[in-house]
Amino acid sequence: MRTTQKDNPALQIKPKAPETAIWRHHHILDVDDFSREEIELVFHTTKAMKEVLSRPIKRVPTLRGKTLITLFYEPSTRTRLSFELAAKNLSADVANLSASVSSVAKGESLVDTLSTLQALGADIVVMRHPRSGAPYIATKYIEASIVNAGDGWHAHPTQALLDLYTIQEHRESLKGLKVVIIGDIMHSRVARSNIWGLTTMGVEVTLCCPPTLLPVGLGSQHHFPSVSIEPNIELALDGADIVMTLRLQLERQQSGLLPSIREYIQLYQLTEARLARAKPDALVFHPGPVNEGIEISPNVAHGPQSVINEQVTNGVAVRMALLYLLTGSQKQ
Amino acid sequence: MKPLLIQGGRIIDPSQGIDITGSLLIAEGKILWLGKGEKTPPQPDYDVLPARGLVVCPGFIDLHCHLRQPGFEEKETIATGTKAAARGGFTTICCMPNTSPPLDNQTVVEYIKSKSASEGVVRVLPIGCISKGRKGEELAEMGELASAGVIAFSDDGEPALNSHLMRQALDYSRAFDLPIIDHCEDKALTEGGQMNEGIISTRLGLRGIPNAAEEIIVARDLALAQLTGSRLHIAHVTTEGSVELIRRAKEKGIKITAEVTPHHLTLTEERVIGYDTNAKVNPPLRTKRDIKALIQGLNDNTIDIIATDHAPHTEADKLCEFDLAPFGISGLETALGSLMSLVHDREISLVTLIAKLTYEPARIIGNKYSKLGTLAIGAPADVTLFDPTLEWVVDTKAFASKGRNTPLAGERLKGKVMATIFQGKLVYKDDSINVKGS
Amino acid sequence: MPKKVIMTQEDMRRTLARIAHELIERNELLENLILVGMHTRGVPLAKRLAANIEGFAETKIPVGTLDISLYRDDLSSLNLQPVVKHTDIPTSVDGKSIVLVDDVLYTGRSIRAAMDALTDLGRPHLIQLAVLVDRGHRELPIRADYVGKNIPSSKHEEIQVKLKETDGVDEVTIISTPVAKEGQ
Repeated sequence: MRTTQKDNPALQIKPKAPETAIWRHHHILDVDDFSREEIELVFHTTKAMKEVLSRPIKRVPTLRGKTLITLFYEPSTRTRLSFELAAKNLSADVANLSASVSSVAKGESLVDTLSTLQALGADIVVMRHPRSGAPYIATKYIEASIVNAGDGWHAHPTQALLDLYTIQEHRESLKGLKVVIIGDIMHSRVARSNIWGLTTMGVEVTLCCPPTLLPVGLGSQHHFPSVSIEPNIELALDGADIVMTLRLQLERQQSGLLPSIREYIQLYQLTEARLARAKPDALVFHPGPVNEGIEISPNVAHGPQSVINEQVTNGVAVRMALLYLLTGSQKQ
Repeated sequence: MKPLLIQGGRIIDPSQGIDITGSLLIAEGKILWLGKGEKTPPQPDYDVLPARGLVVCPGFIDLHCHLRQPGFEEKETIATGTKAAARGGFTTICCMPNTSPPLDNQTVVEYIKSKSASEGVVRVLPIGCISKGRKGEELAEMGELASAGVIAFSDDGEPALNSHLMRQALDYSRAFDLPIIDHCEDKALTEGGQMNEGIISTRLGLRGIPNAAEEIIVARDLALAQLTGSRLHIAHVTTEGSVELIRRAKEKGIKITAEVTPHHLTLTEERVIGYDTNAKVNPPLRTKRDIKALIQGLNDNTIDIIATDHAPHTEADKLCEFDLAPFGISGLETALGSLMSLVHDREISLVTLIAKLTYEPARIIGNKYSKLGTLAIGAPADVTLFDPTLEWVVDTKAFASKGRNTPLAGERLKGKVMATIFQGKLVYKDDSINVKGS
Repeated sequence: MPKKVIMTQEDMRRTLARIAHELIERNELLENLILVGMHTRGVPLAKRLAANIEGFAETKIPVGTLDISLYRDDLSSLNLQPVVKHTDIPTSVDGKSIVLVDDVLYTGRSIRAAMDALTDLGRPHLIQLAVLVDRGHRELPIRADYVGKNIPSSKHEEIQVKLKETDGVDEVTIISTPVAKEGQ
């Protein structure tokens, strides 16, 4: 886990990118492993990948001969597709394994499955799993690079990086921006990864949610000086540059964390009226899939301030950038 | 067997207030003679176990461990568990009843006793269930269990959540003068919990187990102990708040005793970072602040004893996603080594440490089982020898226990058990120890 | 390490002027020409050539930049991952005459990668190659159409091109790198 980054003075002038860069991550598990310089390198590489995506032939031979296998224990069409396209654009060979949690019941453990992937020659495994920490086991039992596509409540680093990239496409500098995250922070890996990524880049983060959905300790100014808590959505949105809404899982009411979905909508739905309290050019984010009418009104989701579709496009570019950077790490 | 002279060690026996350099003579399974300095015993014929540079103390007593037999023999058996105990310097261990079938009737107790006699290498004392089948509904037949030889009652693994049942258990047990040991956990608050609730659980995305979950049931049990005047023993205390509650209860004269484990005294929740399932234990590893309070509790006798809560699991059990791994640390063989760090850091004295592992647990077990935890003349020759400064690396492959599940694997510890003697017989010795004929 | 200057600033100016004249001479349809500089030093060289052509023939030639990091065949064996830079060609390449511009031609692998990149961008009519220095030791059947200077060199020598735009000075030097002794 990181504390703070040393400010690199060279980053404040606009320098020429260095000829080579030391990318020391063999795996991509969480954003809080990344320094500010590394995140900047991801942005830089993503920009080049976006150029590739603008060509008629969206393909480069960079990962030719490499095998990427997606191992998804949770269903997800869009994230998996995004990774698959990213890999194919780089000319990697792609295979998909949809292990369901029932294969665990059949007796095949995670470690067994990983051994199989190793035997099949996977160079990169993209893993999504319902339990926090699962990709960390993978790093101990397989030689391939592990890319975390979401583990339990813990992390979704590629989502955070594409969110950060999308912000900086619109705003040039992240430092000093006010970002508000609204929703079920407790159970959200997207929220966690975004919080670590945003604070690393010097952003002021406000968390807005019912107190029962706020994880312990985030209100501590001592540990998280750039994070503030504001359960009232109107106050939270005042002067915001960026608004990130999270998907509300409907099971939360059943586990007693919310009295009702109705009340959540009344208190926390991002409506046009509420959005108007943010800056006039404020951007609206959502990691998808969107529960229209619950955490966000349809008008806002499809409105002019929404960048939800850009997030998806940038997702492929960011993932291409990360896969490129990972192949460099494999020889170290 | 020839008498054995343990020669020239630092003999520390808190039960007699002894801390001298000298020699101890053992014969026919009992302590025969103790001599100060260079003195030798009157009878000339004995073997010698050189103990220069070593501490010689009563064999350690563990009031809380899990031997898994019957029912979970893949995790541990009485044979392997007692061997592990011997390697850890323990000559008496008390096994919890969460076996399958559980220890809620005489037949299973007899099974434990006979297995221990035939396959165990140290003394095994059984703890009986509070409730039938450990279901937490009806009282177990405590009278039968007491006659069969249990030294306490507990539903460990589970708390005795039904307050009415807990009260009945406390009342009923008074007839046998045996303590009720409670694992204090409010399960409504801990459901799905994986580790201590705090900033680290937030960062790791794991559901937390708050301090309050322990303190609520500790407070309830203390109130019931006061109400009934019966003997209560709080298992594995882990929080600052619990220590404070117990301290105040003792000031009021309530008959309670409490224990703490070596891992809760030396490891924090930070061990879970990286999702090491070997650091997953219930109650969970807490914070530096809690550790400070626990050590203070040991020093002012709020906490009476140290007990390992040895909980072995197979490698396959722990080789999985953090959420799915069972709770438990295999602790018998690393107890002394890890506890000695507290002595080296001057947090507790060596004498206090030994007392908490010998004299104090013996007091809780009581005189039913002859004189344990002492080197008094005529007491059973249960003796432990250890080197307080020897450094060694924890090699789980060398464990006698089937449980390799410890976060201390590969760590360097300072302080090692060199020999363990049970009823006059050498049940463990380090390779460097040689008994010489005289 | 011993260092020898092979081309001075004046040498380079004259050479680039001569190449520009050669380009004009051999490309009848100057309007169809695009100069594509290869990162890093090929880019300022391409710009200088374009300026020269504009001066001599009064025709403005578009200049593009090309990054070949994603096309290298040696990614698996490099120690460090090259930072991807930008590929930016201002017009479509279809049907155009492309002149790739680079500072040093050595094994030819960068040029192979560049040709792959260009053909992924479209279908050029013609691809030619202009280099400031050709130091020999080709590993692929590739040759330059326009060469500033041929500098035969051994594998233990390093050719260093410095440009005002990137290094503050115009100079080409050859440096002998120490040879590893037997048995070390």
